[in-house]
Amino acid sequence: MKVYLDNGATTRLDPRVLAKMRPYLTEKYGNASAINYLGQAAYLDLMEAKKRVAKLLGGEPAGVIFTSGATEANNLIIKGVALANQAKRKKIIISNIEHPCVRESANELARAGFQVEFVPANSEGLVTPEALRKIIDKETILVSVMAVNNEIGTINDIAALAKIAHQYGAYFHTDAAQAIPYLKIDIKKMGIDLLSLSGHKFYGPKGVGVAYIKKGIKVKPLMVGGGQENNLRSGTYNLPGIMGLTFALELAYKERAAYLKRVKALRDYFWQRINQEISGLKINGSMTKRIPANLNVQFTSIEGEAILMDLSHKGICVSTGSACSAANLQASHVLTAIGLSKNLLNSNIRFSFGRFNTKAEINYTIKALKETVKRLRSFSPIK
Amino acid sequence: MALNYSKKTINHFLNPKNIGEMKNPDGYSQIGNMLCGDQLNFFLKVRNGKIKDVKFLSFGCASNIATASLLTEKVKGMTIAEAKKYKWETVVAELGGLPSQKIHCSVMAVEGFRKAIADYEKKQKHSR
Repeated sequence: MKVYLDNGATTRLDPRVLAKMRPYLTEKYGNASAINYLGQAAYLDLMEAKKRVAKLLGGEPAGVIFTSGATEANNLIIKGVALANQAKRKKIIISNIEHPCVRESANELARAGFQVEFVPANSEGLVTPEALRKIIDKETILVSVMAVNNEIGTINDIAALAKIAHQYGAYFHTDAAQAIPYLKIDIKKMGIDLLSLSGHKFYGPKGVGVAYIKKGIKVKPLMVGGGQENNLRSGTYNLPGIMGLTFALELAYKERAAYLKRVKALRDYFWQRINQEISGLKINGSMTKRIPANLNVQFTSIEGEAILMDLSHKGICVSTGSACSAANLQASHVLTAIGLSKNLLNSNIRFSFGRFNTKAEINYTIKALKETVKRLRSFSPIK
Repeated sequence: MALNYSKKTINHFLNPKNIGEMKNPDGYSQIGNMLCGDQLNFFLKVRNGKIKDVKFLSFGCASNIATASLLTEKVKGMTIAEAKKYKWETVVAELGGLPSQKIHCSVMAVEGFRKAIADYEKKQKHSR
């Protein structure tokens, strides 16, 4: 049996989304910047897509900038806002559990002479307003805290954090790549100035994302050229991707209630069974303030990459924050940040559930996991 | 990150040879620890200057298990002198290559095994 439990890494394209994308690759292939009839048709669809995305996120159509994904959106926003506003202020705050694309953007700014501060997550994996209040000041231009953490699925109180940022006259950005459709994002109500999204995290296509930039915020572009996206992001509009992302976002919110119920039922059933049938397990991060699709589990006395490889051999896809699985041989910065002791850092597996998982797949995974853990523990020197 | 293990490495990971504990070993070692993310424990039996049996325990990734498995398979039956010369490069070659970030697993396996031989030799000196 094949079981995909790595939906936090990427999701399978929904066939309904693919059907909406196909015409933009075959018949409606015009360049949305061209003024011939094919180009104009594409332009109208592009403008419509911005409206639809803005409506779902509670923002303005003009704020919707399509990018190649959340990595580009985060780079554009973090670096672009800092560079365009440096005459005013030069301090940036990000949390210590951000995705590497946010962290590395901030690190690049630090090397360029900006002051970068890290607001720490607590042991539950949450960035609290109190923690932000301790380090923010009137020198801060930008605060960036992710809506949902990619490894442990914990949910931050974005509205409360944005409010604090505004009290100090700073802009608030959130990387919401993992938040769709789990959070009901409302840009205006939540006080979000800048936001990043990625299409492939919610059953849309890869290679397309959104940088939402509120009107009036100065941003220096990463890409220069033809001046697309109000000069913020040059490059031919990726209509197949844009239309796919837009439709995927609509589907995600339209089917939200049933979807949340389904993934939660699968995850809770999975956790209840493995916790009962396998000894020495523990969940990393808050279980209450967490998206229902995520489970991040410690398996004492065995190593994460070995668990992953053993499951992979049985047709099951999961992921791990173990050092052995990382190119830089560093254990997960998120699990480190929430205070896991060093000898537990390499024994964790993320299971991320999704739209296409079935109960039969979960039962198969439970059986396989029990065998995997039993085998690896049988020869572990750690007792 | 690309992590393409050879078929042979995967086979050793899924069906490791010489795995388990040994009672009253002639030589014993522990290398690495949980803090680094990998650990190996080796157990040796030596008869007439030859490796009669060797076993290991592992807390580690697939290549940690696979490299120790292959190593123990190869050194069994060797004289102590031969076994001491067995190189990590040979482990890598025998497995059909290892991903670059996994080379250290083979180094650790060889070092751990040599440490077990050193333990055996130390005990020999004391018993004489």
